Amino acid sequence: MRKLALNDEILLKIEKPARYIGNEVNSVMKAPDEVDIRFAMCFPDVYEIGMSHLGIQILYDMFNRREDTWCERVYSPWVDLDKIMRKDRIPLFALESQDPVKAFDFLGITIQYEMCYTNILQILELSQIPLFSSQRSDNDPIVIGGGPCAYNPEPLADFFDLFYIGEGETVYGELLDAYKENKRKGGSRKDYLEAAAEIEGIYVPAFYDVTYHEDGTLAAFTPINPHAKKKIKKQLVMDMTDTYYPFAPVVPFIKVTQDRVVLEIQRGCIRGCRFCQAGMIYRPTRERDLEMLKKYAYEMLKNTGHEEISLSSLSSSDYSSLKELVTFLIEEFKGKGINISLPSLRIDAFSLDVMEKVQDVRKSSLTFAPEAGSQRMRNVINKGLTEEEILNGAGQAFEGGWNKVKLYFMLGLPTETEEDMKEIAVLADKIARRYYEIPKEKRNGKCQITASSSFFIPKPFTPFQWVPMFTNEEYISRAAVVKHAFQDQLNRKSLKYNWHDAEVTVLEGVFARGDRRTGRVLLEAYRSGCLYDSWTDYFDYHKWLQAFENTGISMEFYNQRERSFDEILPWDFIDIGVTKEFLIKEWERARRGEVTPNCRQQCSGCGALKWKGGVCIEGKN
Amino acid sequence: MKARIKFRKYGVLKFIGHLDVMRFFQKAMRRADIPIAFTGGYSPHMIMSFAQPLGVGITSEGEYLDIELTESISSKEAVTRLNQVMVPGIDIVSFVEISEDKKAGGMTITAASDYRVYLLESSHCTDARIPIPEKWRGSIPHFLGENQIIVWKKTKKSEKEVDILPLIYKMYSDQDSIYLLLATGSEQNLKPDLVMEAFLNYIGEPSRPFHYHRLDIHARKEDGTLVPLSEI
Ligand code: SF4
Repeated sequence: MRKLALNDEILLKIEKPARYIGNEVNSVMKAPDEVDIRFAMCFPDVYEIGMSHLGIQILYDMFNRREDTWCERVYSPWVDLDKIMRKDRIPLFALESQDPVKAFDFLGITIQYEMCYTNILQILELSQIPLFSSQRSDNDPIVIGGGPCAYNPEPLADFFDLFYIGEGETVYGELLDAYKENKRKGGSRKDYLEAAAEIEGIYVPAFYDVTYHEDGTLAAFTPINPHAKKKIKKQLVMDMTDTYYPFAPVVPFIKVTQDRVVLEIQRGCIRGCRFCQAGMIYRPTRERDLEMLKKYAYEMLKNTGHEEISLSSLSSSDYSSLKELVTFLIEEFKGKGINISLPSLRIDAFSLDVMEKVQDVRKSSLTFAPEAGSQRMRNVINKGLTEEEILNGAGQAFEGGWNKVKLYFMLGLPTETEEDMKEIAVLADKIARRYYEIPKEKRNGKCQITASSSFFIPKPFTPFQWVPMFTNEEYISRAAVVKHAFQDQLNRKSLKYNWHDAEVTVLEGVFARGDRRTGRVLLEAYRSGCLYDSWTDYFDYHKWLQAFENTGISMEFYNQRERSFDEILPWDFIDIGVTKEFLIKEWERARRGEVTPNCRQQCSGCGALKWKGGVCIEGKN
Repeated sequence: MKARIKFRKYGVLKFIGHLDVMRFFQKAMRRADIPIAFTGGYSPHMIMSFAQPLGVGITSEGEYLDIELTESISSKEAVTRLNQVMVPGIDIVSFVEISEDKKAGGMTITAASDYRVYLLESSHCTDARIPIPEKWRGSIPHFLGENQIIVWKKTKKSEKEVDILPLIYKMYSDQDSIYLLLATGSEQNLKPDLVMEAFLNYIGEPSRPFHYHRLDIHARKEDGTLVPLSEI
């Protein structure tokens, strides 16, 4: 019997001990002395969130297919256990073997959102690994970061040995082989980092020197090691069908956020919304083959026993074989008591038809993401969804018996006026009016239109990467404008409006576009007790403000400043394929309110063509 | 058609609570391709019912669930298929089709459970067990010989005094462990930790760490005798 890292007394005292015992269906056990590489794969949030992440399941499966490697999972201990581990000096352990992470060869951390950064420091500290890469010795694991936030890794640069820029399926093999080779030769930690720096897509922050101008902007970003490349090219899977995907993902005992089979149908998005980072960094859009997805649907349901299957991608309606796939899933599995959970689809006759088949119309709601209230604003952000399309879609759905609508918006977008803000309420009201056009006897009581807004955060590698953000107070006052506008609407009783937290927004803004110096704020905030910042109950804005003050770092410098096109941006050393010229052109078009066609309508020459794949060459070979 | 499944729960599975064990079995049924019946509606559920939930921390070699089948399946085949999809810490002991007349009773026929109680060196680990003190063993007959044993029993709503003596059907001890046979079910239910607490109280000992291990769940036959659920 496996020995657990935590004793019974602790396990029976804390919340949900199942988070820490491993042993789940399809978790992989190997003999430690039969492998060369021990890899700890970490999602720095609580188990239920981390276990729901598809990327980790893909990499876990991919690593464990290698005979010489044992990949195990690590998540953030919840606050109750965190306290106990600190007090009793219990080292953080991996779930499968229950061995301390500090004895592993690698600690890989996926970085999905900025508000998990303090949890990364928690993982390192509880693992008893020095926080700073510069203080680690040959005995410490190599700490490697990946995921979307690695597209601007600079705020975390001091804490990681390596960053993997791009999709994990491509060069991990090389990275592990180089590790074995270095071990065989008796090479040092530095020798390995140098070998790794030679691999495409791998960034070793310690091999670069950053200098700053007097005004605080970057003066230079220079490689200081002969092995370090000037530009790091993002990694991309070009064949999405003949690649790694787990047939048998791990099935948790406890209910997690994503308690179902997830089929990723495509990567990337053809739309080119100007606020969206995913839409740029995953270019070009690449689809998986329909037959592959059918096969995986079968196998994954069989191997997990899940009672639900869902599709995952950006803008799923653009997947070319969507109709065939959804029809197949319904015909094959609906009769076997499997729920088909649909992604949010463009509302049309087809999607309404399948929605009716798989969900209870009276309970479910329609979702639209217009992102902005006015057409002018939607043109600025290149969201090609018109009011007419929304009203027609909603109208059709209302006729079919639906009466609930969810709307998603952003506030604080570039060039936004008070008029644009108020239009959010006007649009919601128009949808309600459309509902009440239906004769009373034919409709299903009152309608419920719920609009939510988040605050826009400019992200690296988007046409808006240069634009300023606003202050916390300004965001709140913008939300108040919208709130008041809702109160003026005819159907206000059928409308509801919520907005996201602005305090979290400004912090995310700093780290999204921050440079190396912002790592100091992070460490200071963590030292003062910040942890689980993405959890409202634990987020403490005042501690954060204090951390900015203590470190003398100005939030304003990172958020409220308009960057110029010739400023060196902290993430400029990464080549995502999409060119800066294209982003500048897009920002200029945005200012003029000009819409750019999507990749299938017309190629706009963004630069991603150099990958020679996906949508760029669709129908051309 | 109904089937009764008996399973063991041990090792790290003792940290998995009842609701999660139910979820585990729902998924296991699909992995093993057991022809289980569903309720109708938009979100159909498997027709499945569990005998008395086992508390977190307790291990067992006699847990039960009943399922409704859409077609017959051989017991041997079902046990093999289910065991192929289990994880260490949970395994299937038997799978038997049960006749329809037992259906009416379902899991409500549960009347008693028996346990072995081990005294532990510390609450850190259930493997380091120490012998039951001579003095304790001698005190059990006196404990059972009382007129009543009053304890405070906590329910969801309130705390009340109850006499647990009538709910203790058997209690004896050897050097290794204490054996308990206690009332179990929806009407009368007694948990083993409550008995041990009352017992230590009675003999004037401070609280000690124990490990509880359920042996089986029993039903009462018409003649009043108790039989394991797997044998009716
Ligand atoms: S090169 Fe053209 S088709 Fe390819 S991603 Fe860029 S805009 Fe789209």
